[in-house]
Amino acid sequence: MFDYVWLLVAFPAAGAALLLTWGKESDRFGHLIATVASALSFVWGLVLFIGLLGRDGDDRSITDSLFTWFSSGAFHVEMSLVFDPLSALFVLLITGVGTLIHVYSIGYMEHDERRRRFFAFLNLFIAAMLTLVLAGDYLVLFLGWEGVGLASYLLIGFWQHKPSAAAAAKKAFVVNRVGDLGMALALMLMFAQFGTTSIQLVNDSVGSASAGVATALGLLLLLGACGKSAQVPLQSWLLDAMEGPTPVSALIHAATMVTAGVYLVVRSSGVYDASEVARTAVVVVGLVTLLVGAYIGCAKDDIKKALAGSTMSQIGYMMLAAGLGPYGYAFAIFHLITHGFFKANMFLGAGSVMHGMNDDVDMRHYGALRKAMPVTFATFGLGYLAIIGFPGFSGFFSKDKIIEAALGENLWVGLAALLGAGVTAFYMTRLMAMTFFGEKRWRDEVHPHESPRVMTIPLIVLAAASVLGGLLLLGDWITDWLEPVVGHTEHHELAVPPIVISLIVTAVVAVGVAVGWFTYGARAVDDTAPTKVSPFTRAGRADLYGDAINDVVVVRPTMALARGLEWFDRRGLDAFAVGVGSRLGELAQGLRRSQTGYVRTYALGIFIGALVLTLALMAVTF
Amino acid sequence: MNEYLALSMILFTIGAVGVLVRRNAIIVFMCVELMLNATNLALVSFSRQHGNLDGQLAAFFVMVVAAAEVVVGLAIIVSIHRARRSVSVDDAHLLNL
Amino acid sequence: MLTLLAATPLVGALLVTLLPRGDAAAQRRAKYVAFAVSIVALGLSLGLLAGYDVESGGYQFTVQEDWIGQLGAHYALGVNGIGLTLILLTSILTPIVILASFNDVLPGRRSANSYFAWMLVLEGLALGVFAATDVFLFYVLFEATLVPIYFLIGSYGGEGRQRAAVKFFIYNLLGGLLMLASVVGLYVVSRDAGEPSYLLSDLMALDIDGTTEKLLFVGFFAAFAIKAPLWPLHTWLPDAAKSATPGTSVLMVSVIDKVGTFGMIRWCLEIFPNASEWASPVVMVLAVISIVYGALAAIGSDDIRRLIAYTSVSHFGFIILGIFAFTTTSTAGSVLYMFNHGLSTAALFLVTGVMIARRGSASIGAFGGVQKIAPVLSGVLLVAGLSSLSLPGLAPFVSEFMVLAGTFTRSIPLATIATLGIVLAALYILIMYQRTMTGPLQPQSAVVTDLDAREVGALAPTLVLIIGLGFFPQPLLDVINPAADRVVERVGVGDPPPETGVAPPSDDDHEGGH
Repeated sequence: MFDYVWLLVAFPAAGAALLLTWGKESDRFGHLIATVASALSFVWGLVLFIGLLGRDGDDRSITDSLFTWFSSGAFHVEMSLVFDPLSALFVLLITGVGTLIHVYSIGYMEHDERRRRFFAFLNLFIAAMLTLVLAGDYLVLFLGWEGVGLASYLLIGFWQHKPSAAAAAKKAFVVNRVGDLGMALALMLMFAQFGTTSIQLVNDSVGSASAGVATALGLLLLLGACGKSAQVPLQSWLLDAMEGPTPVSALIHAATMVTAGVYLVVRSSGVYDASEVARTAVVVVGLVTLLVGAYIGCAKDDIKKALAGSTMSQIGYMMLAAGLGPYGYAFAIFHLITHGFFKANMFLGAGSVMHGMNDDVDMRHYGALRKAMPVTFATFGLGYLAIIGFPGFSGFFSKDKIIEAALGENLWVGLAALLGAGVTAFYMTRLMAMTFFGEKRWRDEVHPHESPRVMTIPLIVLAAASVLGGLLLLGDWITDWLEPVVGHTEHHELAVPPIVISLIVTAVVAVGVAVGWFTYGARAVDDTAPTKVSPFTRAGRADLYGDAINDVVVVRPTMALARGLEWFDRRGLDAFAVGVGSRLGELAQGLRRSQTGYVRTYALGIFIGALVLTLALMAVTF
Repeated sequence: MNEYLALSMILFTIGAVGVLVRRNAIIVFMCVELMLNATNLALVSFSRQHGNLDGQLAAFFVMVVAAAEVVVGLAIIVSIHRARRSVSVDDAHLLNL
Repeated sequence: MLTLLAATPLVGALLVTLLPRGDAAAQRRAKYVAFAVSIVALGLSLGLLAGYDVESGGYQFTVQEDWIGQLGAHYALGVNGIGLTLILLTSILTPIVILASFNDVLPGRRSANSYFAWMLVLEGLALGVFAATDVFLFYVLFEATLVPIYFLIGSYGGEGRQRAAVKFFIYNLLGGLLMLASVVGLYVVSRDAGEPSYLLSDLMALDIDGTTEKLLFVGFFAAFAIKAPLWPLHTWLPDAAKSATPGTSVLMVSVIDKVGTFGMIRWCLEIFPNASEWASPVVMVLAVISIVYGALAAIGSDDIRRLIAYTSVSHFGFIILGIFAFTTTSTAGSVLYMFNHGLSTAALFLVTGVMIARRGSASIGAFGGVQKIAPVLSGVLLVAGLSSLSLPGLAPFVSEFMVLAGTFTRSIPLATIATLGIVLAALYILIMYQRTMTGPLQPQSAVVTDLDAREVGALAPTLVLIIGLGFFPQPLLDVINPAADRVVERVGVGDPPPETGVAPPSDDDHEGGH
């Protein structure tokens, strides 16, 4: 029975297909179908997971080869799904958080006339994401990879009547395509080098290829990961993606899809183990994004964008960990899971706040919501404690481990990661303070209220998970569990005991919290964003000019080139082709003039011709 | 011998100039005939010079063709004259632009 | 069998022309008859598929009769996997096009009878072209296809139709004449070698002198490159697509243009393998230029029909690139791509055709927010668009990837530049979708009503095939592979082996299951 891995994908895929093709009559219960499909997938994932638990360490992998996708010449791609410890964790995260978000969306999207379609897209997303993590072949992974991209496109642009949402959706897709360029090239390189794109075979044999190949593969895959996980330099789409409905931001742009890049790096551990350069590149990308994301998170007044900045930053942590090699992979995944819990929790909390505030997202219009929305406040607070790494909460364990690993790798990397933790504490405290504490700054017509139970229950569950996520580390369970996939973990011995590092991290976090509180909690917050601010703040508000740079360097030249070429095609190339024809026509017109119609002209022509002919003959003969 | 050929050349040149410079279709026509007959004269002279009948044979062919041509040509000229009340070749230049 | 298949639409066309014309009822009858005929042809070609022995491959259903003895021309037909694929494409698309064109508004008082009759003529000739195994027969049919398209564009198209038709005709005729020169040259070569013969099999056995082979190759290739169309010989296509009705555009771009790429494989590679190898660097570079240039020009286009035409230039670049990369994977990918591109472009032309007909304008700027009032239409446009940008899970992806992967083993730089096409593809499709479908509803586009049942019926098969072949292309590939193999063998370059051997799969974790 454990061969039926495909059922995991089939449930949500069937749900999506059903909802998209069924007519209006399913509007009333469509959301239930979708939720049940997602829940079934979760239950089946749990069953398979338990089955996996019962096996020996070396035996924990179920391959389900469905059919040959395509095969031609030397190229053979099997539609195969692999359920192993790594994908098992992802399956549970995706379907678990996914189901909760389905439930939440029932309430959140209640008044939207296109709710059925929304759920269809959510189901499509779940199916694609499961394909991504279960894939046994890079090409199948790519199928899921693009599938989640499509779902993300559809969901960001769900409120299509808003031009900003449509633009954001397109931007997300196109930026992701740039990353896909790297993915596609990596796939071709695999085929050219190894004659296969099977994940297992590629990672097994990459060691015997030249170092250049491994590096190229690593960098190309990293480009793909950067696109999907919104890492610098392809980070710009994530902030705009917040145009989508909030459950989407929670599910896709916080908990699951954006972490696919980290999954890709960890899944390709063989490649990264074989190339020091590629690993270093991963670390650098992670580190830069960690700081950039945190920086942006500090400057945003839009609650969702602040959280999005934070997501970038946290994924930066995961990338950083993944770049540290075998020691870091498990912690990257660990942080990914805990982040999935607490960030989904906070996004849904933010959605709950917006629900109560007439969809206002400006935190400067919030304040003192802890009384009006107690459940949201409590759950959000738990998420907050988890993300800043309050001792005992899940984020504490996962982030601590990453900083510890980073310090073990390189002092400066470690210090930067530490700085990131402090900044995280600062901006999250700012967010908490501006939203739930301080004075009321509500707009007149707004009457905050707690959200309905269908929305708060998922919040409570996720809050509980945020608190308890750290249990996964109990007895190094997660590292042992992932060992068959990512390889053996060697423990770095640091000069100082881990407990000291934990204390230092906690101290830095405390400083961040304190600064945040004294700037935003203890003082009154301006009702409108101050305009006279330092260039640093301005840069943060403008996303560190990421869009501006893209615009100048890529977008404008491309569009200009496109228009120019289109013009050239009509006025240049085509005009030339048509011109050749027209010149011939003109030539013919000119020749026509010699036909005067006067007999004597023709006669003269004949005589001259005869004369020339005779002379020519004579010239030849004599 | 050369006298015959010289006469033939002179007749041919008169005919050719006539075709080129005269407007009256009948005259042009006569000039064409003149050219043909100049050629006939040359052919017959050569026949005599070479002592065989090839040239005379060719001359007869030319006469036959010329007769046929006269029939067709005069018919055209007559019909043009009927249509336009003119036999000037310049009046019939429908082939021009 | 093949004769019957090709003759069915031609006889049908005659029938439709002879039917009474005039009032609406008569026109409707003509449409139904035309549709029925195309369905019969579809049935016959499905029968062909069923009867084709995939295991043994090669040319089947062969017919061979002497035609013009002195020239060595034969009436010779036969299909291999490649021809069969394209015959299927032709016979699948024709009924769809006829169904979708039922309500085309024809200019003036032109009768629907001739419109549909010309479509059937085109189908019959196309089927013949794909089945011909004699160069002379191929050439005659190849040139004959110009006539129905000329009338379909020139008589039934939209604004500027006559100019576009003449341009199309002259451009393609020019290519045809270059090919004619080569066809004559082939006669001389084969006569000098013994009996003159235009049969493919006889020509393949010829040993053609190097320079002659190159010259003859160029003649054939020029015709096919114009037809395909390859940059910089593509400029007739946007104009033709702009002025033609959607149905005509589909038949022209999805079917007839495939004759170009088909001809490259069938004639250029098979008869002139050495010259093909000699030309391949230049052709591949031109193909890559086509890919990028077509995509960029599509981004810059404001007219939806020109945009789709440019996307086709880009896609044909991929197909040609795959053909001249000479690997089994890329060649098979190219053939599959021909099929898939036919489907996805058909869907795009037809669905935008509906939009354009309702709105009365083809400018992207004339639309806006249509999604709100026509959700089904916008959904179809999105799926068709996504297939055009090669989203995995939709048919063109597999073929595009096969082409790229095969090319990558030949030339890494060219494959890399070609891959840029996937980013640009996302731009041209999504910009068009964003500007026409999303945002607030523009008052002037409120006239666009949703697809009706007939239109959905016409488009649904293409979408089903696009999605189905996205996941299960293998049955079709099984038909194509042996033929692709043979072609690559014929050129004799051979597939480059993987540079690093694969580690033997370790049983315990790879096979899994237990």
